[in-house]
Amino acid sequence: MSEHAPPESDAADESVGTTETGVETGAEAVVAALENAGAETLFGVQGGAIMPVYDALYDSDLAHVTMAHEQGAAHAADAYGVVSGDPGVCLATSGPGATNLVTGIADADMDSDAMLALTGQVPSHMVGSDAFQETDTTGVTAPITKHNYFAGDADTVGDTVGEAFALSAEGRPGPTLVDLPKDTTLAETDREPGPAETPETYQVEETPDDAEVEAAARAVERAEKPLLLFGGGVVKSDACEVARGFAMEHGIPVATTMPAIGSMPEDHDLCLSWAGMHGTGYANMAITHTDCLVAVGTRFDDRLTGGVETFAPEAEVVHVDIDPAEISKNVHADYPVVGDAGTAIERIDAEMDRSPQAREWRDQCQSWQDEYPMAYATPDDEPLKPQFVVEAFDEATDDDAIVTTGVGQHQMWAAQFWTYRSPRTWVSSHGLGTMGYGVPAAVGARIAAEDDQQVVCFDGDGSFLMTMQEISVAVRENLDITVAVLNNRYIGMVRQWQDAFFEGRQMAADYDWCPEFDKLAEAFGAKGLRVDDYDEVADAIEEALDYDGPSVIDFHIDPAENVYPMVPSGGANGKFALSEDQL
Amino acid sequence: MSSDETPDQQTDARSDAEPHPEIPRNGLPGPSPDERPHPSGRRNAKGIRIDPEAEAEPEHRTAVVSALVEHEPGVLSRVSGLFSRRQFNIESLTVGPTTVEGHARITLVVEETDPGIDQVKKQLAKLKPVIQVGELDDDAVRAELVVLKVRGEEPDKVQAITEMYEGRTLDAGPRTITVQITGDQQKIDDAIDAFRQFGIIEIARTGQTALARGDTPTTPGEEPGHAKESDDDQSDEIQTGTYDD
Repeated sequence: MSEHAPPESDAADESVGTTETGVETGAEAVVAALENAGAETLFGVQGGAIMPVYDALYDSDLAHVTMAHEQGAAHAADAYGVVSGDPGVCLATSGPGATNLVTGIADADMDSDAMLALTGQVPSHMVGSDAFQETDTTGVTAPITKHNYFAGDADTVGDTVGEAFALSAEGRPGPTLVDLPKDTTLAETDREPGPAETPETYQVEETPDDAEVEAAARAVERAEKPLLLFGGGVVKSDACEVARGFAMEHGIPVATTMPAIGSMPEDHDLCLSWAGMHGTGYANMAITHTDCLVAVGTRFDDRLTGGVETFAPEAEVVHVDIDPAEISKNVHADYPVVGDAGTAIERIDAEMDRSPQAREWRDQCQSWQDEYPMAYATPDDEPLKPQFVVEAFDEATDDDAIVTTGVGQHQMWAAQFWTYRSPRTWVSSHGLGTMGYGVPAAVGARIAAEDDQQVVCFDGDGSFLMTMQEISVAVRENLDITVAVLNNRYIGMVRQWQDAFFEGRQMAADYDWCPEFDKLAEAFGAKGLRVDDYDEVADAIEEALDYDGPSVIDFHIDPAENVYPMVPSGGANGKFALSEDQL
Repeated sequence: MSSDETPDQQTDARSDAEPHPEIPRNGLPGPSPDERPHPSGRRNAKGIRIDPEAEAEPEHRTAVVSALVEHEPGVLSRVSGLFSRRQFNIESLTVGPTTVEGHARITLVVEETDPGIDQVKKQLAKLKPVIQVGELDDDAVRAELVVLKVRGEEPDKVQAITEMYEGRTLDAGPRTITVQITGDQQKIDDAIDAFRQFGIIEIARTGQTALARGDTPTTPGEEPGHAKESDDDQSDEIQTGTYDD
């Protein structure tokens, strides 16, 4: 992309970056703003209304990855942000381009991922006329963005883009969007965008109130059964080191939410892994019996809490969150602490005079780990178990390998049977539950990851079918990713629910019409492998990981395998089912 | 505590090809739900721990919330969208510019429980164009406007009622009379009741708008006059009630 010669010769004597050659159009201001803000890679798809911006990118050092579908661009940008810690940027044209981004924007919104979406729009004078490829993009995306902008002025469009970029990452992160009418991006302007700054009206309280901190510290000190619950906010605010240190210093067991997987090393004694609908039995037992739940950076989603009536029913809740609106939204906070996760934990730690007396409680948590092991049967004569595949992959990869997933049973097995040790190594769609997230997320994660960091995508057959076209992007860019399709020829989570709650009436759950994914991978130009038996697993994984480029392994797994433990929707965490007859 | 007290307890339990004899065909080992200890506590639907002595669901109450916002396109749809999406129970919503250029005030009457009202305020405050949010005390100054169209057969009586409620006649024809009444909600309700005898044809109510009484600012930290004036606004015109829409 950056190899092209600049089209105008008199613009060429200075350096390539738009900021140094001066801004001449709104589109150049947009690109200059992205450069100022520190963006490096953009994910997008070309189109009529966004063409001026792409034209300005021609002369820029910003890398651009053309995706096969705008949904892929949004997920790739999202995952890029999760792995890198900086907002990901995606671009699309007006109308269908913008609406194709919507799923990815909503996904980022639910998971509080920093992301900037730039959409083309028909020229201002045609807005409202139902012009070709017109959609009310700010209207459509208002409920699923942290904030969005209609940029009607070429002189200010650069500052708007910078502000949107900064705003997406400030405080509680989330997606922002700037809608760019074509006349704005084409119009002449010489206004250089200033530094990317958040607007004055968006004020974040990073440092918690002294009285709140003191009250929380006293509550933790006197607890006999304290439990830390790390949420996604711990990862997003880069507070994992501080949070881990706090847990270890005071000997407090830790459960995480699903977005916080990796915030605490899962092989540590104090880590109970993740709690919630398909979380471990021991994490859910601990949540049910704790007398002091210290929840950090979580919004108490219903997949975590089950019914709130039975959630941590005897616990005083200390809730640390940077977003005041999350305090007492779903679960009442007895001790609210509004502020940055890392700062708040440091302050509570400093305020504590002693650790809680929790030896008995720690032993109790340990014995729950023994009572409810995450195990599965693997007789040789059975079809391949998906859990075995996940564990074999974990074994074959490095500790800092990144896992992305689609949504469904495979996602749960990938979360349950892989031992995560580092933050930003688990990239998944949580709040929105977006099937198809895995492959484009692997593309974004690969680009954000360190060169020697492996990227593995676990996908299901149904989920893979939704966005597998992005394999073509991985082939074009020669991205070293390994996709493991846990193929049970069902939309498996639906089948599991139909068996449990709809008397086994498996309406539209049968996916035996799926193509052969290894051959499909080959057709895309990737490496394709197929595995049916236990003894092929290790070799296939090794071959795929060794291959320098994208590879897809189609694992034909036991179609009858289901995900347990399971807290039924709205149920009590402590009453998780271990098999279907307990539902 | 030492980190290697019981290493790999959990990974051992998970580990490989060793079949667990006690694992059911499609599930996990471990005591079943009924065999586990269960706590006796409970929370209510709002996630508040229930005191077994005094179990009570929070009551709804009416609150007047005032939000100072940037007067930019789309701000009203953002605010109303927030309420519809989050299922808040809104009685009325009024908007209008303030004396500060670029600012508008939104006055909301909400009927919610205390935690609900708290959420309304906090969710509002999160919106980027929202500058300040405040809830008004019971003694706040509130007013509402209603425009009523009634049948014109008895103009004298209509006039009498209108005067009783300190209203004004806006239009009087042979068949209809249209009047306006302003005042607090109770007065408006009473007036509408009084006009029913003539047969009300049409009605338009604005919903309440309100300001804090006396020196108290309506939203926290709100300053009178030209507060929050932008730096590059060099115009020396005194910012009064005039507003450029």
